[in-house]
Amino acid sequence: MSAVREAEVARTPVRLPAARRRFADREGTLAWLFLMPSVVYILVLVGVPFVLAIGFALSDVTAGDPSYDYVGLRNFRRIFDDPVFWRSLGNTFIFTGVSMVLIVVLGKVLANIMIANFKGKWIVRFLVLLPWTTPVTLSSIAWLWMLDSIYSPIDWVLRQVGLLGKPGDLLGSGSNMYWLGEPGLAMASVITVHVWRLTPLAAVIMMAGLMAIPRDLEEAARVDGAGYWRRMFEVTIPLVLPVAAVAALFGTIFTFTDMAVVDVLTNGGPNNATQVLTSWAFFRGIDGGDVGQGAAIALFLFPILLAAAIAILRAVRRMEVG
Amino acid sequence: MVTTAAGYRRRYVASRVGVYLLAILAALLCAAPFLWSLITAFKQNRDLYNPQNNPFLFNRPATPDHITYLFQHTAFGTFAWNTLWVGVLVVGITLVLGLPAAYALARLDRPWAGWFGIGIFLVYLVPPSLLFLSLSRIVVAWGLQDSTWSLVLVYPTITIPVSVWLLIGFLKGIPKDIEEQAMVDGYSRVGAFIRAVVPLAFPGIVAVVVFAFTLTASEYIYALSFVSPTSQKVISTGVPTELVRGDVFFWQSLQAATVLVAVPIALVFNLFLDRFIAGFTQGAVKG
Amino acid sequence: MAAEAPDLRPGRTVVEVRGLVKEYDGGIGRRARGRGGVRAIDGVDLVTEEGEYLVLLGPSGCGKTTLLRTIAGLEQPTAGDVLINGQVVTGLPPRARKIAMVFQSYALYPHKTVLANIVFPLRAAGMARPERERKARWAAELLGIEHLLGRKPRALSGGERQRVALARALVREPDVFLLDEPLSNLDAKLRASARDELKRFQQDVGTTTIYVTHDQVEAMGLGDRIAVLSAGKVRQVGKPMEVYDDPADTFVATFIGSPPMNLVPRDDQLVGFRPEHLLPESAFAASVDREKVPLAVDRIEYLSGDRHIYGTVTGIGKPTRVVSRLPATVDTPVTAGETYDFAVARDRLRFFSAETGLRI
Repeated sequence: MSAVREAEVARTPVRLPAARRRFADREGTLAWLFLMPSVVYILVLVGVPFVLAIGFALSDVTAGDPSYDYVGLRNFRRIFDDPVFWRSLGNTFIFTGVSMVLIVVLGKVLANIMIANFKGKWIVRFLVLLPWTTPVTLSSIAWLWMLDSIYSPIDWVLRQVGLLGKPGDLLGSGSNMYWLGEPGLAMASVITVHVWRLTPLAAVIMMAGLMAIPRDLEEAARVDGAGYWRRMFEVTIPLVLPVAAVAALFGTIFTFTDMAVVDVLTNGGPNNATQVLTSWAFFRGIDGGDVGQGAAIALFLFPILLAAAIAILRAVRRMEVG
Repeated sequence: MVTTAAGYRRRYVASRVGVYLLAILAALLCAAPFLWSLITAFKQNRDLYNPQNNPFLFNRPATPDHITYLFQHTAFGTFAWNTLWVGVLVVGITLVLGLPAAYALARLDRPWAGWFGIGIFLVYLVPPSLLFLSLSRIVVAWGLQDSTWSLVLVYPTITIPVSVWLLIGFLKGIPKDIEEQAMVDGYSRVGAFIRAVVPLAFPGIVAVVVFAFTLTASEYIYALSFVSPTSQKVISTGVPTELVRGDVFFWQSLQAATVLVAVPIALVFNLFLDRFIAGFTQGAVKG
Repeated sequence: MAAEAPDLRPGRTVVEVRGLVKEYDGGIGRRARGRGGVRAIDGVDLVTEEGEYLVLLGPSGCGKTTLLRTIAGLEQPTAGDVLINGQVVTGLPPRARKIAMVFQSYALYPHKTVLANIVFPLRAAGMARPERERKARWAAELLGIEHLLGRKPRALSGGERQRVALARALVREPDVFLLDEPLSNLDAKLRASARDELKRFQQDVGTTTIYVTHDQVEAMGLGDRIAVLSAGKVRQVGKPMEVYDDPADTFVATFIGSPPMNLVPRDDQLVGFRPEHLLPESAFAASVDREKVPLAVDRIEYLSGDRHIYGTVTGIGKPTRVVSRLPATVDTPVTAGETYDFAVARDRLRFFSAETGLRI
């Protein structure tokens, strides 16, 4: 009780802040104030260029003649008349579709490995992350050498094990595979490098999903006598599905809009066999100087991407509600 | 069929061996090109350009010449420095703008927050390939062409949407009680945010920093279209353009650059991997 | 928010709540579909007096925590006003209200030491460092946690965390303490001693306290007065004994007391009596005016010395299952399957309207 009396002595009144509503307390105002900088930044540097891109797509602007003339849908008609455009579009879908499936499946496998308990996990994680954290142009260059037309170490191994280089060998009698020189192989190579690069990211995202699964569920299934595969398909995978869908979404965006791998490895070749819309837009718009056409090609991507993203996000929501 | 204890034991051992084998296989598959780069970087030309030589061994003595070349005869140091300061500034801008935005969306409980969150994420879908043509006009209009500053200006458009999305996850993970306590303790909303929420969200913020930096360092299209002078280039465009002269590739130096860049970023990212994963779950599943 | 001039009774009323309504809309979708919001608080009037310990008691979802948070300023009311010390504070942020609050989780700042936690509100108030350290030590001494000042919250036990939270509330020298179920995170053993500590703390400090709980034992033990809430409305405010003995309606009658009050339908009324008042005839003194009730016993439980006797009564009204609680002092033998003569003293009977549930 003596302490309480001391309290009376210590009763210097705490300064009461001015009894008025300051903006710092008004949540509605504050919310806008907090959001506005980001929104303005993005409107100026994404919204405006986006509208400009639409404007360019409807104009005859070129690198040599930057004056703006409205030409309606002429750019679109011209790109639609160009067989390379259709080839690129087809390639984009093959590239994205195949990569997607592989990235999600391999990402799940990789995620399972990375959350398992074993010694030396840290070094394994580090090595697994390398493909994703390395700037894409550099890792693509490392691959460019791996797939070199003469010095490819892959070819060397194939020659050593007797699959390549002598008449009658399974992969042919030539001394090299020309990974980036044959249309089919070039596409496969580009997809492989892309999958190699993005699988770690997908794995990280899926690790998040795997770790969020309550342990009891897994353990309950174990007690119920469910084996590894049954647990995997009836417990783990359904629960991980929303996160897997998010991984797929990220993968789709990265894949659909990426041109670095294609640009470094094949530059769209051979004979446009690996040309995708993004690289084709770059080729027409920057290298070719036809800004209008480049914009039209790039714009063509957007509705597809938007539709895919909305579909995936809706699916995720539904899965979560269910 | 009744499985005996010994049977279970065998199965357990088999599964442990399996885990290790898979882990090693995964690590090798992912890291193979880098291990290969590491060997290549030290090879002499006469060793490298002989298709008969075993590419995995040093058939002639190793040489550091190509690494010396990288540092002495190319602007690699400049590229690395540019990448670093661009990354740091971009991350700074991202946090200054993104953190309050994420807080507004995660906590301030506005009815439109959900839609806004999705809207911000959709911005991420607008690909650089669609924007670089018109952005390069804007960059020119602001007099930033051929300057690294153009990247500082533009990169936040990539990093802000993802970072906000991730930060929403981290902020939602912080108990509401804490900031309400700070408000009851005499702080305003803003005060509670700065003094109670930000310190608690710190691990998540670090993860976002690393992620945003990785995105920045990897970016290619903008860097390629906005900046052409060597002294202004960043690693992702500088290394390929400087070390590839027409058809002549300075292979060993290229490989050395790849390893030198890849390892530090992966190391730092690995440090914060668990934090990153935690934020991702909350952002993705409760977003 | 046109509040009339506050009803000035200087030094008496500390917190007053007038016609308070808090509605939650169910988000954009719901509003678009024309569905109304949920009324978490539905017209509450409440007054606390200086130094009083007021307990808000009710089942989960009754709006008691929302009411507390509205008083704290963490929620803005849809209608009505909150007054603290005669001043309308509706719309003011929490920091301008001279309140202190202890959350259910204690909400200690995990990244700060105990000392830093306690001085945190003082730093907000701009107090000089030596002064705030002195004050923190005073509060720590009062709560017996001086030895913990250098620790981080995660190194503390549940009871120690409560004390730190109280110390942090204390240094603000608030006009009112708001406590939101502070005991619910403690295990059963600790809870009794922590409750005792809370009560002594408040008696020592003498600050008006509003305490939210769903636990009637806490409410009865701690409260000078209890406000029983249900569905956003105050059902009854009174001293623990009043609330127990003279419940205002059937909700209060059945919510408080364990086992709850027996209610027997008779015509358009409900006749209520507490289990401990339903006793064997033989336990009454001859002079007591009582109503005889035959009880067909079907089950007996022994609980810490008492016997809880479950059975069906006839004779008061419709045959109804009721409970009788026989203290250890009543040793009349009772077996399941038999019918006995029980009785209730007439002055122990309470009558409620069958239609509204209100006391008659």
